[in-house]
Amino acid sequence: MDLVTPDIGLIFWTTVSFVILYFILAKYAWKPILGAVNEREKSIKDALSAAEKAKEEMASLKSDNEKILNEAKLQREALLKEAREIKSKIISDAQNEATEKANKLIEAAKTAIDNEKSAAMKELKNTVVDLSLNIAEKLLSKELDNKDKQIKNIKDIIDKSKLN
Amino acid sequence: MLLKSLKILVLILPFNLFGSTVLEPGDSSEFDVNKMIMHHIKDAHEFHIMDINGHPISFPLPIILWTDNGLVTFLSSEFDHDDSGVKVVSRKNQQFVKYHEKIFYASEFNSGSYISYSQEGEVLNKKPFDFSITKMVFSMFISMLLLVLIFVLTAKSYSNSVKGIPTGLSKFTEPLILFIKDEVALPMIGKKNYKKYMPFLLTLFFFIWINNVMGLIPFFPFSANLSGNIAFTLVLATITFVITSLVANKDYWKHIFWMPGIPVPMKLFLAPIEFLGIFIKPISLMIRLFANISAGHIIILSLISLIFIFKTIWLAPASLFFSVFISLIEVLVVAIQAYIFTMLSALYIGSAIEEHEH
Repeated sequence: MDLVTPDIGLIFWTTVSFVILYFILAKYAWKPILGAVNEREKSIKDALSAAEKAKEEMASLKSDNEKILNEAKLQREALLKEAREIKSKIISDAQNEATEKANKLIEAAKTAIDNEKSAAMKELKNTVVDLSLNIAEKLLSKELDNKDKQIKNIKDIIDKSKLN
Repeated sequence: MLLKSLKILVLILPFNLFGSTVLEPGDSSEFDVNKMIMHHIKDAHEFHIMDINGHPISFPLPIILWTDNGLVTFLSSEFDHDDSGVKVVSRKNQQFVKYHEKIFYASEFNSGSYISYSQEGEVLNKKPFDFSITKMVFSMFISMLLLVLIFVLTAKSYSNSVKGIPTGLSKFTEPLILFIKDEVALPMIGKKNYKKYMPFLLTLFFFIWINNVMGLIPFFPFSANLSGNIAFTLVLATITFVITSLVANKDYWKHIFWMPGIPVPMKLFLAPIEFLGIFIKPISLMIRLFANISAGHIIILSLISLIFIFKTIWLAPASLFFSVFISLIEVLVVAIQAYIFTMLSALYIGSAIEEHEH
C-alpha cells in the first residue's frame, strides 16, 4: 500500500519541476528548435516549388526553341528555293542571251557572206567581162588566120578558163 | 570468503541493491528480497552509493519539513544512516526520527525505538509535511539539468547552422522532436492546433523518457525509480487532465453528458460512463507508467536476487544473463512508455478540441 500512496513532497517537487522545465524549455529550446525546423521545411517547400517553376520554364523554353528552329528551317528552305529559282533563271537568261547573240552572229555572218558573195559575183562578172573582151580580142586577132583554129582556140580558152 | 566475493560482485553489478541490509560475513539474518526490492524502488532521504565493509556510503540530501513550529531543514546525514526510528534529530523543540524512509515526530522510547505502533502494527507517530529533496527529487533535478543542457545546446546548434540544417547535437535530438511532431502531435491533435501543444508534449516526452532511462542506469547519481513512483505519474497525469479539461470545447462536454445521435435512454445510460471516463483516462495514464517502470525494476532486481535466494554463486551467470536481457528489453520499454504516455496525452487533448461535424 505504501508503494501506491503518493508522497506530498514528491508531488510538490514534480509539479514545480515540470512547470519550471516546461517554461524554460518552451522558451529556450522548443521555440528556437521548432522555429528552425519550420523555417527549414518552408525553405525546402519553397525550393521545391522554385525547382518546379524552373522546370516549367525550361519546358516552355524548349518548346520556344523548337518553334524558332522550325521557323529557321522553313526560312532556310524558302531561301534555298529562292536561290534555286534565281539560279535557274540566271542560267536560262544566259542561255537565251547566248542563243540570241549566236543567232545575231550567224545572221551577221550570213549577211557578210552574202555581201561577199554578191561582191565576188560582181567581181567575177567584171572578170568574165574582161576575160570575154580579152578572148574576143584574141579571137578576133586570130580569126583572121584560121577559122578552124580560131574555133578551136575559143574552145580551148573556154575550157581553160573554168568559171569559178 | 564466498560471501565476500559475492559482495564485491554485487558492488560491481548493476544496482546498489543493498542498503544497510547487506549481508555481513557471519551475519545469520535472512536476506529479505522483498525488503531489498521495496527499498530500491521507493524513495529515500539519502542517496545510497555503495557499502564498503558494511559501512554505507551515501550522498546526504537536505530534509525540508513543514512542522507545527514552522519550517525545519537539516541534512539527512544527521540520521546517521538510521532508518529504524532510533536516531533522533532535534530542531525547534521538536524531535524527528526516520523510519522506513519517512520522517516522524518521535514518540516515547519503547521497545528499542521512538516509534509507537497500534494493535494492528500501524505507526501511530504523527508526521510533519515532508518537502525534502529526496533521492527522487534529486534525480529529477539532475534530469532537468540534463534536459535543459541538451535542448538549449540543440537550439544553439541551429543558430550556427546554415539554413537550419541539423548539426552536432541536433542530429540526434531532431529526429526525436520530429517524431513527436509528425507521429504524435499531428495525427492526434491535427494540423490546425498541434503547434500550441508541441512544447507540452515535447517536455512531457523527454521528461518521462530521461527519467525512465536514468532509472535504468544502475549507479549514482542515477538509478532512482522516479518514473515508477506514483506521485510522479500522478502529477503528470493530472497535468494532462487539467489541460484536457481546460481546453475542451462545447462538443467534448456535450459528447460526455448528452451524447448526440442516440435515443434518450441511451444518453442517460452513457452519461455516467462517459463522466467516469474523464477521470479513468488520466488514472490509466498514471497507473500504466508507474506499473511498467516499477515492474521493470522489480524484475531486474528479482533476477539478481535469485543468487541470494538460492544462496549459490553458480546461479550468477544465469541470473546475470537474464537481468542483462531484461535490461535491454527495459531500454525499449522505457522509450515506449514515454511515447505511449505522450501519445495518449495528445490523443486526449486532441479529442477534447476536436470539432465534430454532424
